[in-house]
Amino acid sequence: MTARDRTRAPETPGSTRGPDRVPETPGAASGQDRTPETPGEASGQAPAPQGRPGTPMLDVRDLRVTYRNGERAVPAVRGVSFTLDRGQTLGVAGESGSGKSTMALSLLRLLAPSAEVSGEVLFEGEDLLTARWARLRAVRWSAASVVFQGAMSALNPVRTIGEQICEPILLHEKVGQREARRRAAELLDSVGVPSRRAGSYPHEFSGGQRQRIMIAMSLACRPDLIIADEPTTALDVMVQAQVLELLGELVRESGIGVIMISHDLSVLSHMCERLAVMYAGRIAEIGPSRQLIAEPRHPYTRALGRAFPTIGDPASRLAPAGLPGDPPTPSELARLSEGRGCAFEPRCSEAVAACRTETVELWPSGPRREAACLRVLEGSGT
Amino acid sequence: MKPVLEVRDLMVTYPPRRGAAPARAVDGVNLQVRQGEIVALVGESGCGKSTLARALVGLVKPTGGQVLGGGEPLGYSAAALKAYRRHTQLVLQDPGGALNPRQNVFDAVAEGPRLHGLTDRLGERVHAALARAGLRPPEEFAGRFPHEMSGGQQQRVVIAGALALEPSVIVADEPVASLDASVRGEILKLILELRDSLGLSALVVSHDLGLAWNIADRVAVMYLGRIVETGTVEEVLLRPKHPYTRALLSVLPDSDERPVLLTGEPPDPAAVPGGCRFHPRCPLRAAEQDTLCDSRDLPVLTGDPSGSSLAACHLVH
Ligand SMILES: Nc1ncnc2c1ncn2[C@@H]1O[C@H](COP(=O)(O)OP(=O)(O)OP(=O)(O)O)[C@@H](O)[C@H]1O
Ligand SMILES: Nc1ncnc2c1ncn2[C@@H]1O[C@H](COP(=O)(O)OP(=O)(O)O)[C@@H](O)[C@H]1O
Ligand code: SF4
Ligand code: SF4
Ligand SMILES: [Mg+2]
Ligand SMILES: [Mg+2]
Repeated sequence: MTARDRTRAPETPGSTRGPDRVPETPGAASGQDRTPETPGEASGQAPAPQGRPGTPMLDVRDLRVTYRNGERAVPAVRGVSFTLDRGQTLGVAGESGSGKSTMALSLLRLLAPSAEVSGEVLFEGEDLLTARWARLRAVRWSAASVVFQGAMSALNPVRTIGEQICEPILLHEKVGQREARRRAAELLDSVGVPSRRAGSYPHEFSGGQRQRIMIAMSLACRPDLIIADEPTTALDVMVQAQVLELLGELVRESGIGVIMISHDLSVLSHMCERLAVMYAGRIAEIGPSRQLIAEPRHPYTRALGRAFPTIGDPASRLAPAGLPGDPPTPSELARLSEGRGCAFEPRCSEAVAACRTETVELWPSGPRREAACLRVLEGSGT
Repeated sequence: MKPVLEVRDLMVTYPPRRGAAPARAVDGVNLQVRQGEIVALVGESGCGKSTLARALVGLVKPTGGQVLGGGEPLGYSAAALKAYRRHTQLVLQDPGGALNPRQNVFDAVAEGPRLHGLTDRLGERVHAALARAGLRPPEEFAGRFPHEMSGGQQQRVVIAGALALEPSVIVADEPVASLDASVRGEILKLILELRDSLGLSALVVSHDLGLAWNIADRVAVMYLGRIVETGTVEEVLLRPKHPYTRALLSVLPDSDERPVLLTGEPPDPAAVPGGCRFHPRCPLRAAEQDTLCDSRDLPVLTGDPSGSSLAACHLVH
């Protein structure tokens, strides 16, 4: 049974979810040697070219993105590095403005011309930042596709959703109209949108339905990597559980790699094996999801975790928990990039004097983990 | 005390698509929001929450039933709607779509006040609204355009736009869905503060049951155009009665219950099942094989908030 069939099958109440379904792959930490055998390769279903052995599917090195509008420069991503293997899942958390979307969209050069990008994005060994446009267009959809944040603005309002899902199939694969329509119908059913509504326009669907249509579209050409920017943010819990189940099946059974962006730590920890927490354009903490949630080493990860209420917990009843203060403004960010000091210092409850003067970078904070906090060096960062 | 906002037997039916039946997006709803009260409306995608929210602010004309503001039936002339919206503001779901890309932040927030002739000390009003919505310092943001901001920042502009009129009721459709947890906490705190200091009432539409736990007094659970369970937050979230509410709570990541992942045909308002509308997906009905569920219609729940929680189900009371 394929992942797509599974989601349509009548579900028994006790179907898997939660921590149990997080695939555990050894050697997944950034900067470490990895075993090339991921579950995806073992199943042999992924269609695209195999990378060189020992080369990760995606290797991002010192990625930097600055938006320039006249005089103003917004350093949105300020040096991000990570790797992702086939069939692996990386969650990217962080508050709005921390650069998650900018980072993700820059991987496939989907940003506006005002964005200045540097670093390397090696996909199967090939640098996408310097690749020719024709090559990049081939990679998009068929090798790596994106589920955009805000489904309404990403869908074309004057074309039916069926036409829009068929488009990449017809463009990238040698199939006829009929086969493309059949695939589109199958995809729609697989994400829980009745395929008989293929002739409807985006505005005729609810927000959640549109998001699922976007996911169906991203799967159209059976890519190896899906970059999903807040794919479940606007969804209710039931559909979110279904979408996570769907993405989880895809990872397990077809070996698709996923970079999933969300500000919701609980969603990421259930979906992704590894987690990167971004703050002000950099990775604040990275490592195995469950460890990061259970034992955060960076004060920001800790604050994020507390902000999700548990129903029934009297402490959070009529008492929402936020993080006091505001993220750095673009001008503060520009200053930070030049000087020293921790970007989180103004909001950090554990800051010491050195946090304002020392250079902070990602340091090992445990097996397969790193955190950008001075207290980790002291050994007191827990 | 009169509710500040009320709907009685509300129906909103969208005209049929070719070959299909009309979509009964809101199919008989009674609901009250009292002075200083925060009510959360929860339910899955497509169940009619946004349609109900839009009807509450007069953006959609009901096909049946009534909307009442401060006890008065809502009129649909341009003048009546304008007066009504001075006090009842809508905060929208999709911030990208809610903002005009060519309008800067100041003008977006000033739009409401200008429309209502509140141009006295407009700058002060706009900056105060921006700061309250968490865009601080306001001067840094006033000149920006939507594309120069992240999604969360855009949502704060939308909220500031509603706050600028100092309304007495806010109808907020997923006001924090696109915000990160720390900002979410701040915005929710803000809604609570506005309630405590100004007596602001709010109907908050959300798929996030944690939000209801964080800020709401009462909660209404909607399924396929109807409210299927309503009561205080403690009653509904800690002692849920309706099988649908129980399923929703069970799929939360922190839940101790075994997750009940509802599948089957996604609910379609153009084909509302007879009998209990939840019966094709109901785990309780499946277990009990009860024929009542398939054939006997359920009465519409009253909107009366004074009694204990109510559930629209043949088997639980
Ligand atoms: N303009 C329209 N024409 C026809 N059908 C519509 C229209 N707008 C909404 N619908 C349908 O009405 C139903 C209710 O939609 P609504 O937007 O109110 O849902 P919702 O509960 O807000 O969902 P979400 O949580 O996804 O935002 C859905 O089945 C939707 O497809
Ligand atoms: N097109 C743009 N022009 C200028 N600044 C932008 C643009 N897009 C985003 N930004 C800024 O870059 C930063 C990161 O934004 P974004 O990547 O959208 O964050 P996230 O996805 O984490 O919410 C923010 O300060 C935002 O205001
Ligand atoms: S380096 Fe200092 S300011 Fe930064 S997170 Fe660690 S303790 Fe806080
Ligand atoms: S009436 Fe029957 S089908 Fe409907 S919710 Fe109750 S048990 Fe389930
Ligand atoms: Mg984003
Ligand atoms: Mg909605």
